[in-house]
Amino acid sequence: MSKKSNSSFVLDFEKPLITLLQEIDKLEQSSSKDERQEVKLSINGLKEQFFELRERIYSNLEPHQRLQIARHPERPYTLDFVKDLGTNWIELHGDRSGHDDGAIVGGLLELEPGLTVVVVGNEKGRGIKEKQRCNFGMPQPSGYKKALRLFKHAENFGLPIITLIDTPGAYPGLEAEANGQSGAIAVNIQEMTNLKVPVIAIITGEGGSGGALALAVANRVLMLEHAVYSVISPEGCAAILWRTREKSADAANALKITSNDLLNLKLIDEIIPEAQGGAHNNYSQTSANIKKSILSHLGILLKMSPEELKEEKMNKFRNYGAFSE
Amino acid sequence: MRLKDLFNFKRKTRPIKPSQEMISEQELSELWTQCPSCKTTIYTAELKNNLMICSKCEHHFRLSAYDRIEHLVDADTWEEINCSIKPSNPLKFVDLKKYEDSIEAAKKRSGSNEAIVTGVGKIDGFETAFGIMEFPFLGGSMGSVVGERIARLCELAIERKLPVIIISSSGGARMHEGLFSLLQMAKTSAILSKLRENKLLFLSVLADPTYGGVSASFAMLGDIIIAEPKAKIGFAGPRVIEETIRQKLPKDFQTSEYLLEHGQIDLVISRKKLKETVTQLIKLHSKTLYGNPTNELNGFADIISQPLVSSSV
Repeated sequence: MSKKSNSSFVLDFEKPLITLLQEIDKLEQSSSKDERQEVKLSINGLKEQFFELRERIYSNLEPHQRLQIARHPERPYTLDFVKDLGTNWIELHGDRSGHDDGAIVGGLLELEPGLTVVVVGNEKGRGIKEKQRCNFGMPQPSGYKKALRLFKHAENFGLPIITLIDTPGAYPGLEAEANGQSGAIAVNIQEMTNLKVPVIAIITGEGGSGGALALAVANRVLMLEHAVYSVISPEGCAAILWRTREKSADAANALKITSNDLLNLKLIDEIIPEAQGGAHNNYSQTSANIKKSILSHLGILLKMSPEELKEEKMNKFRNYGAFSE
Repeated sequence: MRLKDLFNFKRKTRPIKPSQEMISEQELSELWTQCPSCKTTIYTAELKNNLMICSKCEHHFRLSAYDRIEHLVDADTWEEINCSIKPSNPLKFVDLKKYEDSIEAAKKRSGSNEAIVTGVGKIDGFETAFGIMEFPFLGGSMGSVVGERIARLCELAIERKLPVIIISSSGGARMHEGLFSLLQMAKTSAILSKLRENKLLFLSVLADPTYGGVSASFAMLGDIIIAEPKAKIGFAGPRVIEETIRQKLPKDFQTSEYLLEHGQIDLVISRKKLKETVTQLIKLHSKTLYGNPTNELNGFADIISQPLVSSSV
């Protein structure tokens, strides 16, 4: 019925759904040999109830609940998406100066027959070993250097760039600072504004601050329905402005981090719908939606000249701001 | 007089009480400043005369934007721009107080109307575009106004072909404007690309402290990056890092000197030498192959291409 029924990770607001699922399961098992029409009807009724309830819950989520979905451990990451987005995926490695960051992966993908794109995105990893290798999706400076190297590769060969962003933020560590975390992010942001091939950025999970923006300076910035994009984590913001991390739900509200809020503020270009019950319930359907959206935007961007692509992007970011004069 | 009379001495006048003309305790404490680094008590007036540098240990106190302008810019050449660009509250942000109230308090505290002061003035005769951040204004945080003022400053510099100096002092992006603030990182970086395309020099000066969204955008994009001694500079704050890696950080971590050692900045310069150094750098870049209207180095070509005096061998 859905991946959810055998999922090990349940969010608070999903609990009524799980209860209902268990009821359906029980009924189905106990009546597997029961051919009576009324039993089947009641199972179908419960299933209908389940879908309705899920729809209702997922369309009325508070910002901090969306944050939980964005951080769901079963949420698809870049290496999951590329399997569904196209064919001939070849991952490329390394920053060419001593490191291969696991938190940013990239490579070549044939999106449609004859249409190669460079995909660069965050990877959080599955299982503790992989998660450690990917540093839970928090890049070191070398990750941003690797991304930049791949962007330049794309530009050199005239290939569009797709970035898939899902990071808590750039890694706050000793080595990261020693190796110039600030500078690495700054250079990526600046170099992305200069790229002369189409760039589409999609926030797929957590768009964590500067670490996310370093991959998000694009001609089109899209967000998955339950993704979040924020200047600071609500926990960090609450700790500073409310002086307690316990107010993070208030901070999540105040910061306007959801896709709907950001579309209303005209800070993103489009919301890509997820599979019902969140992307973790159905990877391939979510990927199909992403692909549809990428293709519709590429249709427009591929008609623009390299100079136009750069100018458009430059002007787009030049004009963000809310002030009075 | 007998000896015991000496001990019978009584004051004929009343004891002196602190009169109203005398300095209050608060004024007294303002008169003297303790250096947080070497703990020496310094006469505040003397400290101010010394560009807020401790005369004993060279500790650089934070300096307000207008004090910096007075120090750096030639007298009577300063012309402030962008004053009318003011913050709004796009998210209707409220934490423990309204964003509008936080702004009003910041104005009073800092004496500036935003976290950056921008303008044009001369430095040793060279006309230059200046952006100077004001830390006491909400921690020098970058919101839409800081981004817009920097963008307009650079656009003016492009129009008038001026070098740009920005002195940063900031905790990072301003939370109260949410994603608008984050996007100012891209806006300022984009405009600096245009400055570069126009072959104009950008000198980034980092003062204590420079962190987060400011260090991870325009501040680290200087053609040449200068820092004041012992300024704290980094991406993430030390507390966040300690909480993440669960170990104590080295003492000089994230200081100017640490960054210099790790190849991230060009120079660490005392505030007293800043004007001199900046002027020298501008001068050294003033005549180049891309100069206006023609190659300004053309004249040198003739001199350089003269055959060397032939040797007697």
